[in-house]
Amino acid sequence: MDIERHEYDVVVIGAGGAGLRAAIEARQQGKRTAIVCKSLFGKAHTVMAEGGAAAAMGNVNSDDNWMVHFRDTMRGGKFLNNPRMAELHAKESPDRVWELEAWGALFDRTKDGRISQRNFGGHEYPRLAHVGDRTGLELIRTLQQRVVALQQEDERLHGDAEAYIKVFAECTITTLLKQGPARDAGISGAFGYWRETGRLICFDAPAVVLATGGIGKSYVVTSNSWEYTGDGHALALLAGASLINMEFIQFHPTGMVWPPSVRGILVTESVRGDGGVLRNSEGKRFMFDYIPEVFKDKYATTEEEADRWYNDQANNRRPPELLPRDEVARAINSEVKAGRGSPHGGVFLDVSSRLPAAEIIKRLPSMHHQFKELADVDITAEPMEVGPTCHYIMGGVEVEADTGASSVPGLFAAGEVSGGMHGSNRLGGNSLSDLLVFGRRAGAGAAAYVDRLAARPVTPDDVMRAAEIEAVAPLSRAGGENPYEVHHELQRTMNELVGIIRKAEEVKEALEVVTKLKERAAATGAPGGRIYNPGWHLAIDLRNMLLVSDCVARAALIREESRGGHTRDDFPGMSAEWRRKLLVCALTADGEVSVEEKEQPPMRDDLFRLFDRAELSKYVTADELADYDALVKES
Amino acid sequence: MGYKAKFRVWRGEGGEGALEDFVVEVNEGEVVLDVIHRLQATQAPDLAVRWNCKAGKCGSCSVEINGKPRLGCMTRMSTFTEYETITVTPMRTFPVIKDLVCDVSFNYQKAREIPSFTPPDNVKPGEYRMQQIDVERSQEFRKCIECFMCNNVCHVIRDHEENKPAFAGPRFLMRIAELDMHPYDVADRKDSAQEEHGLGYCNITKCCTEVCPEHIKITDNALIPMKERVVDRKYDPLVWLGSKIFKRPGSSNPSGSKAG
Amino acid sequence: MTQTTAGRPPSEPSQRKQRAQIKARTLRTDRWWLAPAITFAALSSFLVYGFWAIFDKSYFIEPYIAPFSSPCLATSCPEGARFLGLAPLGDWWTLPPGFLILGLPAGFRLTCYYYRKGYYRAFWLSPPACGVGEPHKKYTGETRLPLIIQNVHRYFFYGAILIAAVLTWDAVLALRDHEGNWGHVGLGTVILWINVVLIWAYTLSCHSCRHITAGRLNHFSKHPVRYKMWTFVSKLNSRHMLLAWLSMYSVMLADLYVRLVAKGIVNFPLA
Repeated sequence: MDIERHEYDVVVIGAGGAGLRAAIEARQQGKRTAIVCKSLFGKAHTVMAEGGAAAAMGNVNSDDNWMVHFRDTMRGGKFLNNPRMAELHAKESPDRVWELEAWGALFDRTKDGRISQRNFGGHEYPRLAHVGDRTGLELIRTLQQRVVALQQEDERLHGDAEAYIKVFAECTITTLLKQGPARDAGISGAFGYWRETGRLICFDAPAVVLATGGIGKSYVVTSNSWEYTGDGHALALLAGASLINMEFIQFHPTGMVWPPSVRGILVTESVRGDGGVLRNSEGKRFMFDYIPEVFKDKYATTEEEADRWYNDQANNRRPPELLPRDEVARAINSEVKAGRGSPHGGVFLDVSSRLPAAEIIKRLPSMHHQFKELADVDITAEPMEVGPTCHYIMGGVEVEADTGASSVPGLFAAGEVSGGMHGSNRLGGNSLSDLLVFGRRAGAGAAAYVDRLAARPVTPDDVMRAAEIEAVAPLSRAGGENPYEVHHELQRTMNELVGIIRKAEEVKEALEVVTKLKERAAATGAPGGRIYNPGWHLAIDLRNMLLVSDCVARAALIREESRGGHTRDDFPGMSAEWRRKLLVCALTADGEVSVEEKEQPPMRDDLFRLFDRAELSKYVTADELADYDALVKES
Repeated sequence: MGYKAKFRVWRGEGGEGALEDFVVEVNEGEVVLDVIHRLQATQAPDLAVRWNCKAGKCGSCSVEINGKPRLGCMTRMSTFTEYETITVTPMRTFPVIKDLVCDVSFNYQKAREIPSFTPPDNVKPGEYRMQQIDVERSQEFRKCIECFMCNNVCHVIRDHEENKPAFAGPRFLMRIAELDMHPYDVADRKDSAQEEHGLGYCNITKCCTEVCPEHIKITDNALIPMKERVVDRKYDPLVWLGSKIFKRPGSSNPSGSKAG
Repeated sequence: MTQTTAGRPPSEPSQRKQRAQIKARTLRTDRWWLAPAITFAALSSFLVYGFWAIFDKSYFIEPYIAPFSSPCLATSCPEGARFLGLAPLGDWWTLPPGFLILGLPAGFRLTCYYYRKGYYRAFWLSPPACGVGEPHKKYTGETRLPLIIQNVHRYFFYGAILIAAVLTWDAVLALRDHEGNWGHVGLGTVILWINVVLIWAYTLSCHSCRHITAGRLNHFSKHPVRYKMWTFVSKLNSRHMLLAWLSMYSVMLADLYVRLVAKGIVNFPLA
């Protein structure tokens, strides 16, 4: 069978914010770069980001600086973040945002003509550069247009627009190619197929940057698009790299659950901030039953007080609907499990009985529009049905902070597919800036790696053949099992058993199911030809989803504490001992997922000193606190 | 509640094909794309449809539903009666790859023909100062999700394949307008809009505006203002004379703007 | 490390570069033909009326002058009908007075961005409606003669301002009674005033006007007054279509009304 072959210096997999920024960097450093993406160019999931890009530019409040941003990020991640990544992110994101502006982005402005910044949960100062509620679209379009600008430059210089940077759209990578089977053998390329024609394609390249995003499609209810099948996570694992923090998944408490066409799509937090209340099927405002001890003095205990808060925030405590995301998500989950959910498995979020219609439309225009256009629900007249939705995975490929390099030579990762930056929980707004900062660093890291190489790596023939056989296998099993059914069962399993609240028995059960599904997935077949055959595509993606789900479940079973995006019903507390440990997933020689504990590298002294003692004492062990005291005394 | 709907879906590869009839279950609250997915999962596993975000934000699932360009994810089934046959076809203006999926590379090619944002040399990143009112017009055009339905519906190329080389389509004429109105863009785009990108082909019949899922006023706010800017340059003797007489010395104005 | 890369091979090119073969001119199931049909009928009725009105001689009766015949600039006009009492063209002009000036408002509407949409769709079927195939083999739009002339729209706009000023003056004169005493308000006065307001609204909502106020600028913030004007014109402009129709019918009805009064079909004092 003939296989299309291309030679590049750097192959970037994924064309979202991180992938495009990495590709731009590699090209700017003179490397011949390919961008390979599953969707059309410019459609990646980054377009869904609404809030903005966090960058301590200090345009709105000049007290803001990288140190404040760094602290906010570490606090948000419950101190499990890779401190170097959080530092780089806080220091570099302003430059990355300004650079976008020079490439044509049009952010909303302050009165004095600078980039406007908005408040967001967990950020001490107004920090999010934004364009209305479509910041992600602006970001991806700007990067896309930057790629085009570089191509126009190449056309002028070399007569070929695609001489140095080329987009391979609607092309899926199924395997990373290596020089040999050893764990530390270098990358030699990537192998995949054109979705459009089914034709196989091989990239010969010494460096690959993974920028494939998340894993949401392993869950039934998710805000993620179909592309989010954990491809990069799985490709890295299979190539011999390791994943960290895979147990940490952010569930947004209020996603739409009904109608089915919009299940999982986010309902912004401001609905609750503007008076929206959560009720169960009995009409009860149940959040009052779920105020944890530590928050008892900060939240209202009666409906009367909670209602007064909206107009008088100084003399009343906040309504419990505004508890942190994980608390709200947990409460909704409990109500549904107790049989008090709404007809479609969520709870009611009601703003219609709380504010006059005109006021709702004025304060929540985009939500009103979203429900009206997508769901035919008038939120001024009836309650919304909402429930937790899988939103973001904090875990990912374990990388070197400065270069995005994984443990496999030549393999780099950036964005959601990389792990460490956000610790156990990501702050809103830190994602878009993460993509830009580490996208650029991974692109530069890959370029530097290529420069250091003495010779181009070569893919052995048997590796190529194996990749080819694996890619077309589902087509030859025409009578095999329907991949859609295996997928649905996986989604149900992960949603119910390794969802927002986890218990040891349930996670174990999920692991058994995943093992069985792996067998079934190996037998799925896809009738039809090679041209644009979605059944075939799904059969291949299933491998990735199952591998990733396996990692998530195993790590979730081992971490016996609750922290950020990982909540164990049987271990509800946060443990300072566990904070020092990272769970690292890798594949054994026979292809099984193994999880090992690894010590979290300590924070550099100058970073450590940025925090005050009272705050640190909530997170770190007594030993670490003693180190801190010694540090302070020294200075 | 649920009912069985009659669907006619165009199926075929590389142009050859036909409308195929299906009877398929429809549940409350669904959109056309959900029904297409149900067909895929139950009756036609290799039925090709392009989609991505399913929330009207990425512009991937552009098809024609009962002859009108629509996003599959934004067309609710409740807008049809239960007895109606719903016809779903691929976009007409672009070559079809398979079933509902078109080759939209025309659009990416046109995108590459429009010169990029050209800021003045002397402004560094971080030094940009722009007022909200000065960026608002271009911001409206940047809402575009590139579903390409405006280019699909535009009769200039929909009905006249031969015009494709000379006409960038509403999407990219709007891109020219976006850049021409950008407070910091110094490139001259008026002559090329008319001569190279085919602004003159537009006869402002507004179908692009009618189908835009982002409700961008493409014709009124981008194409007509751009036509007027071209008139300034090419067809208005008074403005032409004025610019000759009162010509500003070079582009020495601080932000390097083109006008005002 | 740079080697040439094979571009994406045009796999089965001849087969792939084809549109979906669908014979039907449109698959629309709604009444897409209704809007162009109405536009066709409405514009045609206006043309027919205009043709009649221009040759109709009863265009003046104190204090009203029919809009289609104003300004009256020739000696052939009755004395009271002459614009500012002048007859600059003297007596060699013997054709109906409308011929002299109708070119301005007619040209303004003919090159108007809204009317262009209307008649391109309804008369030239290019296209009749969105997603409905047009019957023409070739299409060059406004890239060459004669349609490239549409670009002179802004000059007709300047002319239309003059005409609107004249009609305003006529409406002021209609505040006199039939003997020339000020303070009269008859049905005709009201009609002429409504008409003149709509004419102004339509004229100022013009896309060219929007461009002239500030649309051509890139820095609104440096021209606050022009930006205010632009904002106002933009608001009107979003109703340009509505204003086009309303003012078209108002001027037709006002014209007809004056002629009916002049013919004695409607009588004072009501008139």
